Amino acid sequence: MADENPLKPFYSVLILAFVCSALVAGAAVGLRPMQEINRILDQKKHILYAAGLFDSSKSIEEMFAPIQTRIIDLATGHFVPKDVIDPATFNQTKSAFTTELGRSLTTEEDIAKLKRLEKYSVVYLVKKNGTTEQVILPVRGKGLWSTMYAYVALAADMSTIKGVSFYEHGETPGLGGEIENKRWQDSWREKRIYSDTDKIALTFAKGDSSASGEAALHEIDGLSGATLTTKGVDNLMEFWFGDHGFKPFITTMKKENSNG
Amino acid sequence: MAESNKELLSRSVFKRNPIALLVLGICSALAVTGQMTTAFVMSICVTLVVAFSSLTISIVRFQIPNSVRIGIQITVIATLVILVDQALKAFYFDLSKQLSIYVGLIITNCIVMGRAEGFAMSNPPIPSFVDGLGNGLGYGFILMSVAFVRELLGSGSLFGYEILQLTTNGGWYVRNGFLVLPASAFFLIALLIWLLRSIDPEQQESE
Repeated sequence: MADENPLKPFYSVLILAFVCSALVAGAAVGLRPMQEINRILDQKKHILYAAGLFDSSKSIEEMFAPIQTRIIDLATGHFVPKDVIDPATFNQTKSAFTTELGRSLTTEEDIAKLKRLEKYSVVYLVKKNGTTEQVILPVRGKGLWSTMYAYVALAADMSTIKGVSFYEHGETPGLGGEIENKRWQDSWREKRIYSDTDKIALTFAKGDSSASGEAALHEIDGLSGATLTTKGVDNLMEFWFGDHGFKPFITTMKKENSNG
Repeated sequence: MAESNKELLSRSVFKRNPIALLVLGICSALAVTGQMTTAFVMSICVTLVVAFSSLTISIVRFQIPNSVRIGIQITVIATLVILVDQALKAFYFDLSKQLSIYVGLIITNCIVMGRAEGFAMSNPPIPSFVDGLGNGLGYGFILMSVAFVRELLGSGSLFGYEILQLTTNGGWYVRNGFLVLPASAFFLIALLIWLLRSIDPEQQESE
């Protein structure tokens, strides 16, 4: 290869770069619609898990039919009309990082270590014969290593948990990673977030839960060997069901229910 | 190279296994062996990438200028990996979520680069393709063996089906927490290397 043309490396690299970039760009553009569909289906699947409506024999679209997607204003707790923000195109995660739709949290406020909070949030309403049966709220917060994402489904009384689904996290497999365990998530069912005086009463037990009566209604079994992850879950519940989270929305929904 | 294609294929699985003998590609072998399913998909992805990158590079091997050959090899490999990654995201979303960044990291898997540079650059296309295939299968063989032990004893299941019922699911089997963590693969791979070299002493390095 001693008589190699000094220009050869340049044009061979150019040709290669051109061919490769065309291939990659073609695949990325051509497959994007399918990837997008997959992503949305995956999200819907987790919402259905949380609501306890998931049935592997039915199609996801069919199961999702009674669920309405709405946008709410976190601070006021009111629904935002569709013409202001369209739920189909709203990107909640991104909106927290914009100046007009998000704000940074102060250290005292930021129990779940989110750093920034969005102004609007998506909520999902499970409707049956015109009445709202369940409300599914997206929540997130820092665990030991990662931000954990979950959906929490509440019954019409806005305090009883109908189900929970942690769908994205990077906690230690086998320890904190057990937040994915369906059995553990099932143990959340029928627990109450708020006490009679409307305070957040949810606790996470260390060891075997031994509480009885009223206290047992608010107690969820902590994950053994994952104290910090459990603490993170506790914090994220505390934040999202507190005044900066969905509390105003929960109050509005309660009023609506008692009126009619 | 007097070896037939069949020999090329089988020698890479046992006699010249890329992980066990050449000790290449350990990083991804640690990361994706927690479950049989992910290990299986990873093996298929790596096999496809090694086979086709070796084939491509072998076809154009006379056109590749010597001075930039490594860059060209990497570009070909990277392109193939991105194609695989995009296809996984479009057709097997759940799996691509579990494999997450490790598909992208096939680019840096030493096996792919090693076969391109070590074999495909100096051999015709068909043997290169077969050699790539064999190395991918050899990699897959080790991956699946490690994943078998890790998933069975670590999570009590195989391919996601429960074999030993875990205490966390109300059963009797206390999971081995260590095997769930990636570091345990080091020990399993070491044991496998020991086993393979005891069966076939030719693989032992001379003192």
